[in-house]
Amino acid sequence: MVKPENLGPVIDEHPFFKGIDLALRDLLVGCAANERFEAGTMLFRQGDAADKFYLIRAGTVAIEIDQPGQPPIVVETLTEGEVVGWAWIVEPYRATFDARAVTLVRALSFDAKCLRRKMEADPVLGYDVLRRFVPVMAHRLSAARLQMLDLYAPPKPPKEKAVKAEKADKKSKGANRAPDARLKKAKKKDGK
Amino acid sequence: MNAPLLDPMVPQPFRIEKVRRDLSDTFTMEMVPESGGEFAFQPGQFNMLYVYGVGEVPISISGDPADRSVLVHTTRAVGQVTEALDALKPGDSLGVRGPFGTSWPVESAFGHDLVFVAGGVGLAPLRPAIYQAMANRERFGRVIVLYGARTPEDILYKKELERWRGRFDLDVLVTVDRATGKWGGNVGVVTNLITRGGFDPLNTTSFVCGPEVMMRYAAQALEKKGVNTSRVWVSVERNMKCGCGLCGHCQWGPHFTCKDGPVFRYDRVADLFQIREL
Repeated sequence: MVKPENLGPVIDEHPFFKGIDLALRDLLVGCAANERFEAGTMLFRQGDAADKFYLIRAGTVAIEIDQPGQPPIVVETLTEGEVVGWAWIVEPYRATFDARAVTLVRALSFDAKCLRRKMEADPVLGYDVLRRFVPVMAHRLSAARLQMLDLYAPPKPPKEKAVKAEKADKKSKGANRAPDARLKKAKKKDGK
Repeated sequence: MNAPLLDPMVPQPFRIEKVRRDLSDTFTMEMVPESGGEFAFQPGQFNMLYVYGVGEVPISISGDPADRSVLVHTTRAVGQVTEALDALKPGDSLGVRGPFGTSWPVESAFGHDLVFVAGGVGLAPLRPAIYQAMANRERFGRVIVLYGARTPEDILYKKELERWRGRFDLDVLVTVDRATGKWGGNVGVVTNLITRGGFDPLNTTSFVCGPEVMMRYAAQALEKKGVNTSRVWVSVERNMKCGCGLCGHCQWGPHFTCKDGPVFRYDRVADLFQIREL
């Protein structure tokens, strides 16, 4: 097992903490641990205390929503180089989804209480960690919205479009017809 | 085949040789000219397919540009003409005008990493470019195919993707919006695969094809990753009618999609993607 003091280079290598200041990284090391999850095991479940977050070093993690009597719905999968869990940073610090190892997963975990304490004490560390987490959260939100759009669904049946077009056509024809009718009426009046 | 070049408005009769069902609503037809001869095209170009007595529809060519003996089209049955196409069987005849439009500039990517980003049936217009890239594999850095589908059941060319994935010189990543059954692969939008990278953004050319919203977000994700938008190409679909820039039905801003497109350099059309009325 990798000793905590030796996790510094492992943190440096992970894309999430790319370019982190050495002094800040040393503060992180004290909260970090190296973990391994067999395929099928849970990293955390919805409602659990969000007492950790993970940086995936190898393997795939599925973010899921449980549903009674049916297999869970996989919302997204995360893989090497990505971060799992952000509820540790937002009160009330409870996991909002399940996270399951799809394959064997090797990850760095960070003790949330330990890190929050250090972030409170050292705003530079706090800002740096938040600066890295916010884009991840923004990206996930944007991806979730795109996913909701169901972009690859078959286009709307043309019939529906045709009916709309037909209605619009009738309206416009009606508008065009009006001057003709007025013209005929006028001609009649003129006795032509 | 010379006749369409002489008069692009006159359909040439083709005979259907094979029909393969890809998905519940998507099928691939192989056809040959009834007059014999070959059919040359560039990856990304399209033909106007004419179902006699029903109408014409623009469909991208999805076969191998190196194989001129057969013309391949993958089509999704979503309207009157495509549904009539779906009803055709081997031995039946249909009219073909083309090839029309601009092509994926595969050769401009020589020396670069080449990233294909496809969504849904958007993989079909990209497939000829993937074939061409594979035929010239040594001339590129990494070649990566990123593909997003609705569900595992909606993955187009599944066997071919598996075969490509088995090659040691091609990276294929597939993701679905919604996992079903025993799917153990990626779940999430195709732009997530771009974010994961695996290519050198400063030395990358990317071809993107799929629903317009997906292309917009994919191009943005590539740009965010550091890829210059002048090296990102997209394929745009509009109401093509004549196929050769005469009728104006497919006008998109200052462009006629059939003649100036369907393949556009993204930085030249990025603004048009933002105009709702277009």
